[in-house]
Amino acid sequence: MRSTKVGVSRTKAARENLVAYTFLLPSLVGLILFSMIPLVMSLYVSLTDWNFMDGIGNWNFIGLSNFKELWTDEWFVASLKNTLIFTIVTVPISLLLALIIAVMIDDFCHKKVAGMVRVAMYMPHICNTVAISAVWMALYSKFGPFTQLMRALGWENPPRFLADYTWALPAIMLVVIWAGLGYRIFMYSASLASLPKDLYESAEIDGVNIVQKFIYITMPLLKPTTFFLTITGIISSFKVFTYSNVMTQGGPGSSTYTLVYYIYTSAFKYYRMGYASAIAVILFLMLLIVTIIQWIHNNKNETN
Amino acid sequence: MSKQVKQIPASKRALRIFMTVMIIVLTLIMVVPFLWMISASFKTQKDVMAIPIQWIPDYFYPDNYRKVLGIGSKSSTDYHFLLSYWNSLKVAVISTVVSVLSSAMAGYAFAKLKFKGSHFLFILYLAQMMVPSQLTLIPRFIAFSELGMTNSHMSLIAPKIIAVSSTFMLRQAFMGTPDELREAAKMDGAGEYRIWAQIMVPLVKPTLAAVATVQFLESWNNYLDPLVFISHWKKWTLPLALNQFIGAEVTQYNLIMAACCLAVVPVFAVFLAGQKYFLKGMTVGAVKG
Repeated sequence: MRSTKVGVSRTKAARENLVAYTFLLPSLVGLILFSMIPLVMSLYVSLTDWNFMDGIGNWNFIGLSNFKELWTDEWFVASLKNTLIFTIVTVPISLLLALIIAVMIDDFCHKKVAGMVRVAMYMPHICNTVAISAVWMALYSKFGPFTQLMRALGWENPPRFLADYTWALPAIMLVVIWAGLGYRIFMYSASLASLPKDLYESAEIDGVNIVQKFIYITMPLLKPTTFFLTITGIISSFKVFTYSNVMTQGGPGSSTYTLVYYIYTSAFKYYRMGYASAIAVILFLMLLIVTIIQWIHNNKNETN
Repeated sequence: MSKQVKQIPASKRALRIFMTVMIIVLTLIMVVPFLWMISASFKTQKDVMAIPIQWIPDYFYPDNYRKVLGIGSKSSTDYHFLLSYWNSLKVAVISTVVSVLSSAMAGYAFAKLKFKGSHFLFILYLAQMMVPSQLTLIPRFIAFSELGMTNSHMSLIAPKIIAVSSTFMLRQAFMGTPDELREAAKMDGAGEYRIWAQIMVPLVKPTLAAVATVQFLESWNNYLDPLVFISHWKKWTLPLALNQFIGAEVTQYNLIMAACCLAVVPVFAVFLAGQKYFLKGMTVGAVKG
């Protein structure tokens, strides 16, 4: 009697397993085909001297030579530097701007106005980055409205922003800040709406002014949102590509080369697949560090 | 309500009005590039950069659109915007359906089903989130070119079958559904597939919509993958067509702006129509705590 019962529950468990795996099948196949295998391949190719023109399989294992070469390659160093500058400048500026604007909207705007304003500011986020690039290329052009505005503001000889070694990267950073601001404002607004109101009321009774409220109440309460937006901001800045590709082709010189743009040119212009993979591995490691920081932070919060 | 308004002191009301005006000005600054884009798309090349900017042109010049859409022209170097449009729409819709279906299935398994190796697989999925698509780009390119799949929309759609963040969002949603419903359906003899399709999936509709929105936009705006995988103009998606157009027309800003309008305005319209849905989708699963 007992043995049949065990047998029944065993076949039942086996059936349950089977059912579960049929549910998982499509996504699991995708995971293996499009993520796991490519990951291993990338790691391997990064250790070879493979050029796509030599055909598949025609590669020599060269150990870490690609990684050594990277640090003597001024284009790589420039693209790494630009990516880091890009991140360090755009992430804090957009977060601070978004936070201030979100609080302003939340504190002072009528609900209807607030909704409209948020939606309007959100627009660039859903907009095609190639289209955004095109619009800003026109705005930045020699007689474009932005350049004219700078002239009107007293800048006598404004450069051609996207064709100037010093100004090309800041010009792109401005576009990125502009494009991502609405999304960040929206995220902050969503968390602002969920903050406890009584805290503010008692603060008001104690005679706390707006600035103090912002620094001592709002900012600490919004910390989780800020953390989330910082991490996602860093990740997307590390991967920035489209603007460099469409607006400047990495130029002038190496001034707007980013890591992903350099991966793209190395792999698909010069067909140096091994070398390009090595750059991609560096990017992967950078993202890994950020993700690990995020995990440690989140786990700490959960155990607290 | 009106009594409350009266109680606010005048200085505070002045501040409110001042700040509201400030914010509206700020919003205008934010949308000005788009306003300029629309206005420039109706101008002749001569007028585009004229200063002061004439926001509403005296004469609406529709030829830009005619040229961009290739209406009435017989030359073979026409632009094929409508075709790219169709391609983008096709790729985005199919990608969305594929990724949402597969994530809803996997998310359900992780949330409600007991199976061997679930813990290991869960960690594997989490780990996948760290693998950037830029790292797998080269192997994908090699595989697709070996299989003769470059220049095929399959190369853009197939990888969407794995969407880890969608899977996790849907897992979260399924975990919030009551087990009693499942048990009751089981008693009635419904199989796990029927329970999933007829009972569980309808319960997580809001999350499905959110996930679908994110996937659609991601696919619609994707640039790097099509740039690498698709070279034939017949298969171009909209971002590729736009990029080609920018390269070909260089300083014909009026034409370029017309092309941009065509690319952007319909998306705006859809966004404005369904903004509540859209915006909810953006925050679901994003901020915890």
